[in-house]
Amino acid sequence: MISVRNINKTFGKQQVLYDVGADFQSGRVNLIIGQSGQGKSVLAKCMVGLHEVDSGQILFDGRDFTSMEKSDRAEIRQEIGMLFQGSALFDSMTVEENVKFPLSMFTKMTKKEMQDRVDFCLERVNLQGRNALYPSECSGGMQKRVGIARAIAMNPKYLFCDEPNSGLDPKTAIVIDSLIKDITYEYGITTIVITHDMNSVMEIGDHVIFIHQGKKWWEGDRHSIITTDNPEIEAFVFASEFMKKIRSSLKERIK
Amino acid sequence: MLMDELQFIGINSIPIVALMSTFMGAVISLQTASNMDSPLLPAYTVGYITQSSIILEFSPTIISLILAGKVGSNIASEIGTMRITEQIDALEIMGVNSINHLMLPKILASILYFPVLIVFSMFLGMFGGFLALVISDLQTTETYILGLRSWFDPYNIFYALTKTVAFGFIIVSISSFYGYYVKGGSLDVGKASTKAVVVSSVVILIANFIITKLMLL
Repeated sequence: MISVRNINKTFGKQQVLYDVGADFQSGRVNLIIGQSGQGKSVLAKCMVGLHEVDSGQILFDGRDFTSMEKSDRAEIRQEIGMLFQGSALFDSMTVEENVKFPLSMFTKMTKKEMQDRVDFCLERVNLQGRNALYPSECSGGMQKRVGIARAIAMNPKYLFCDEPNSGLDPKTAIVIDSLIKDITYEYGITTIVITHDMNSVMEIGDHVIFIHQGKKWWEGDRHSIITTDNPEIEAFVFASEFMKKIRSSLKERIK
Repeated sequence: MLMDELQFIGINSIPIVALMSTFMGAVISLQTASNMDSPLLPAYTVGYITQSSIILEFSPTIISLILAGKVGSNIASEIGTMRITEQIDALEIMGVNSINHLMLPKILASILYFPVLIVFSMFLGMFGGFLALVISDLQTTETYILGLRSWFDPYNIFYALTKTVAFGFIIVSISSFYGYYVKGGSLDVGKASTKAVVVSSVVILIANFIITKLMLL
């Protein structure tokens, strides 16, 4: 479980996060949603240590990440997998080398064990036999799947996904969402997904946090998001006329 | 990693170093010969001046400035692109010390391989001078080689290689710095790359002055 307690973050004179707190349970897909520029990516980057928080605590299974020495942080970081918005694959390495990279850096596996692990991870994301491709030779969806394979290579306890569906067609986006959900349930990972894709919210949102103006504005799950009367949520989720119609028909059904 | 960097920084620079050194050596010897019209100066002076110019200044400094352009811009754009495409963030999140991982092999490769390139450049520069003089029938092989061997001081090689190691470190560390701390998009990577070359070149010139003052005078 990851717990976030009273996180405040400023850049210069601009405060981006105000007293944000939440618990992200393991074995569940936790979504952080919100409009662009509201602080959800900053929150995620604070959680993985790419940004330092001004005040507050980030606890990984009770271990306070914010007050740790750099060397101790490295230990926790090896338990974190991250899927980046742009995949962030090492473009000078093949698909296989990308997935193998964390294994070669942090484990004492033999070559055979590493190869088996790489093959397993690639098979898990349906990319078996694509080992020799370079990221530039992969489609956007394939790159995301390689990113997932690399993120799960070290058997992470925590998985962060930053806009995993951005730039993907709806069908591929569903494939990526299903993969994230399956991996989370299968391995009991604490998964945190930053998104503003409502399909993802409805498909995989076991626990949803809505960030607005740098504050935790709302918390619930994919079912309660439909019934909430929170005006900011309504404005964000059901922005179009089409979505408003869907919502009212769903509300009718729920009643 | 080190072998990759040796290939990238060292081996890939051989063609440009070879081309520059041969032609510049040829031009230095021709220009020297064209200005040697006093009968009081022995003919082998051309070889001596060519040797001194190449060993003391042309190979270590001018070739390092050329390498600042080639290797420096490559390093800044490579690391800068890794920064803007979040590859450096990916390294950090994995728990990898990204500065160490990205820069150390490059610095080691430059310190190890730049002296090799410069010695190679010295030979080719003097060979270029030989070709230019002998083909143009301005001097005999014996006279040119006598000039090359005249007043040869091995300390000059030590001085040149010391400068080279310092210049290699300057090029890689400055270029890596500008690449690593780039912010923005691809346009900013280009700007960082240009800035890295300009700053490296200026620092090389200043370091050249300081090292020369310390070691030769």
